Amino acid sequence: MTIQDGLALLTTLKLAMVSTVWLLVLGTPLAWWLAQTESKFKPWIQSIVSLPLVLPPTVIGFYLLLALGKQGVISSWMNRSLAFTFSGLVVGSVIYSMPFVVQPLQNCFSTIGKTPLEVAATLRANRWDAFWHVMFPLARPGFITAAVLGFAHTVGEFGIVLMIGGNIPGETRVLSVAIYEHVEALAYGQAHVLAGVLVLLSFLLLAWVYGLQQPKSASS
Amino acid sequence: MSIRVRLLFSHDGFTLAANFKAPKKGITAVFGPSGSGKTTLMRCIAGLEGKAKGEVVVADEVWLNEKICLPAHKRSVGFVFQEAHLFSHLNVRENLRFGYKRLAQAKKRMQMDAIVELLRLTPLLHRKTTSLSGGERQRVAIGRALLTSPQLLLMDEPLSALDYASRREIYPFLERLAQTLEIPIFYITHQVDEVVRLADHLVLMKHGKVEKYGALTDLLVDPDFSLAQSEEASCVVDAVVDSYDSAFGLCYLNFAAGRLTVVQDQLEIGTKVRLQILARDVSITLEKQMNTSILNSFPAKVISLTDEGAARVLVQLDASGVVILARVTRKSAGILGLRIGLPVFAQVKSMALMGGGVLN
Repeated sequence: MTIQDGLALLTTLKLAMVSTVWLLVLGTPLAWWLAQTESKFKPWIQSIVSLPLVLPPTVIGFYLLLALGKQGVISSWMNRSLAFTFSGLVVGSVIYSMPFVVQPLQNCFSTIGKTPLEVAATLRANRWDAFWHVMFPLARPGFITAAVLGFAHTVGEFGIVLMIGGNIPGETRVLSVAIYEHVEALAYGQAHVLAGVLVLLSFLLLAWVYGLQQPKSASS
Repeated sequence: MSIRVRLLFSHDGFTLAANFKAPKKGITAVFGPSGSGKTTLMRCIAGLEGKAKGEVVVADEVWLNEKICLPAHKRSVGFVFQEAHLFSHLNVRENLRFGYKRLAQAKKRMQMDAIVELLRLTPLLHRKTTSLSGGERQRVAIGRALLTSPQLLLMDEPLSALDYASRREIYPFLERLAQTLEIPIFYITHQVDEVVRLADHLVLMKHGKVEKYGALTDLLVDPDFSLAQSEEASCVVDAVVDSYDSAFGLCYLNFAAGRLTVVQDQLEIGTKVRLQILARDVSITLEKQMNTSILNSFPAKVISLTDEGAARVLVQLDASGVVILARVTRKSAGILGLRIGLPVFAQVKSMALMGGGVLN
């Protein structure tokens, strides 16, 4: 593996980790709201969150490019252009992977239902307390699934990165783009190494996560 | 009467309009058919229905009125649900401590050791909640609620999910709770035998409204009350064990109107017991019968006569302040010339000893 490819691997892992953190921070309250609300806006919000599931990544990438560019909404709000930056990639990844985090969490919250929280309330726990000490531990499998899906989906992202990230080594050049380049240049050997690393990493990640869940589910 | 409840709450086409008072001691059974609003009433009292309006005052603390609406976690209430709903990520001990450790030190009137002892939870403390039987789970849930030192314990059919054997296992604990702890309990049930066995007071619900409330002994014998109209019409009598006759295997009990004889294994003298006497097991005579196999007979006065269809009459009798129901045929009532105020003798063919006190 060349230094360039190693850098791409690092960038990918960093992007996936930062995005996963943001996905959980933003996705949890969103999933929580969706699981609890009887608001008439629920179908609308849910549809917006789920759009990345049905839209081609290039469509999302295109609009993000506009929003993140110099005159874009997000850029003027952030006061700087995010196109072709790592932060821009994070924004794109978070939007693109959001349904993969929100849906398992929402399902998990709905399955658990509001009863444990009501029980906690009658045991003197306020909303925060009840969420952290009852809902969060009970929803642990949901959080693990959400985090893994969010992480993996970000690692595998290609279309959006190509549209808004470009190919700046150490900044926006990620694994999927690097592999694509190697294949285009007919450097199959290098593509093999990177692809192999990705397969192995993904396998180890999944095995670790399932291993984590194993003893709990077996004893309960 | 120190618990005041006046509630108005609408949800999904159902309206609860409840208004009653209850004493600060003993078990108040909330009784009524399914769908009459019993659970909704409890949820409103506990603060789990945020939109409920009205007034809830418990032990001089205002939980709800025009200005105040305490959220559930600020109400000093214990809630035992139909299912135990133990937290599966915590073991038994951690479940018990969940509410306890959230209380200010000064508010901890119930202590771990006492509750663990009362509910016999010691062998369960380090078990996972998933390995407990139904009865054990519900005992832990009761303990967990009690350890929040509530001013009012709400129990929503806590035994309905249990089989008969598990229920039998829990009754003595409930009776002990009511006797040893100074915590008023609202107990939802739609089973007559539970009402008669456990309750001191009664709140009768129908179509989202409180139809009637008051002392169990009064309401049971009220001819307007649905229980008195049922086949199981009965009254309860509280008595004290006086002596035991080992030669005949009989127990003698004292109650307000005299002495009762029951077939019963030996009970400790002085034990308080509760007896249920079904209206159909009581017959009426004008004079004290000497040549009869019936042992229990005492003087009484007719208070009221209520016709039940063409054949039968429900008679309310006053035996030195204790109201007893008798169900006789209209024909016999005519022959005896029963009328209000007539002195008679009530003969009781059989009676059932309820659980109260047996455990002590």
